Amino acid sequence: MGGYAMFVWPSYALVALVLWLNWYLPRKQHDRELRLLKRRLKAEHK
Amino acid sequence: MFLWFHKLGSPPHFYRIAGKWIPWLTWITVLLLLAGLYGGLIEAPPDYQQGESYRIIFVHVPSAWMSLFIYVVMAVCGAIIIIWRMKLAEVVLISSAPIGASFTFLALVTGSLWGKPMWGTYWVWDARLTSELILLFLYLGVIGLHNAIDDKRTAARAVAILALVGVVNIPIIHYSVEWWHSLHQGPTVTKFDKPSIHWSMLLPLLLMALAFQFYYVLALFHRCRAELLRRERNSKWVEEL
Repeated sequence: MGGYAMFVWPSYALVALVLWLNWYLPRKQHDRELRLLKRRLKAEHK
Repeated sequence: MFLWFHKLGSPPHFYRIAGKWIPWLTWITVLLLLAGLYGGLIEAPPDYQQGESYRIIFVHVPSAWMSLFIYVVMAVCGAIIIIWRMKLAEVVLISSAPIGASFTFLALVTGSLWGKPMWGTYWVWDARLTSELILLFLYLGVIGLHNAIDDKRTAARAVAILALVGVVNIPIIHYSVEWWHSLHQGPTVTKFDKPSIHWSMLLPLLLMALAFQFYYVLALFHRCRAELLRRERNSKWVEEL
């Protein structure tokens, strides 16, 4: 990177990390909500 | 068209449609990102003045564009909330805020990492940088205000007003490099009649910008689906899932 690697690669790494978190965390939250919902419905039907 | 739009505004319909679009959006985003990264990191030549350091623009510029675009989307949602009190607009507004804040944060940090080798400093209180920092505070304000109010309908109206008031910052950010003397360079790409960037650099930049647009819709759909489940957990359609 012509002596600029310490600026270029951290930029790309940070972007990759933030994009991944913004994709992964809402998916996890969605799955958690679905699990809670199923648990609640199961408890109500008992 | 109006009927389709009206139907899309219904939470269960939106939840299902978003679920169907997510796999397609994921693939399109990944392919565009790969093409943009290949073009930006491998195909594009080094800049004759900045050398390899300019490659940061392939993530910095699209992040900065998205930070402005998402705030405008939020302001439009804010207007819809105030005029029509549409539930889906509330969900889109509040789901967009963390994504917009992330892009603003990335624009600031990657810009700072480019600034150090080019300007000799990570930060200056320049009009463009300061107005972008204010944008980050606006996003954080929207998130904080929404979390501070328990009743979600009232919270939505409050953040709608904040989003509408804050939109005045968008033209300030955009024109700051023309209105004030700034270290930040002037418009390069948006001079559509004669962009001062070679096509070998412009093409990957536009590919990355398009990838970030698709990514925004993808991330928004994931957030909206989670938010809809949380808000509508007592609705019949959620129980039928």
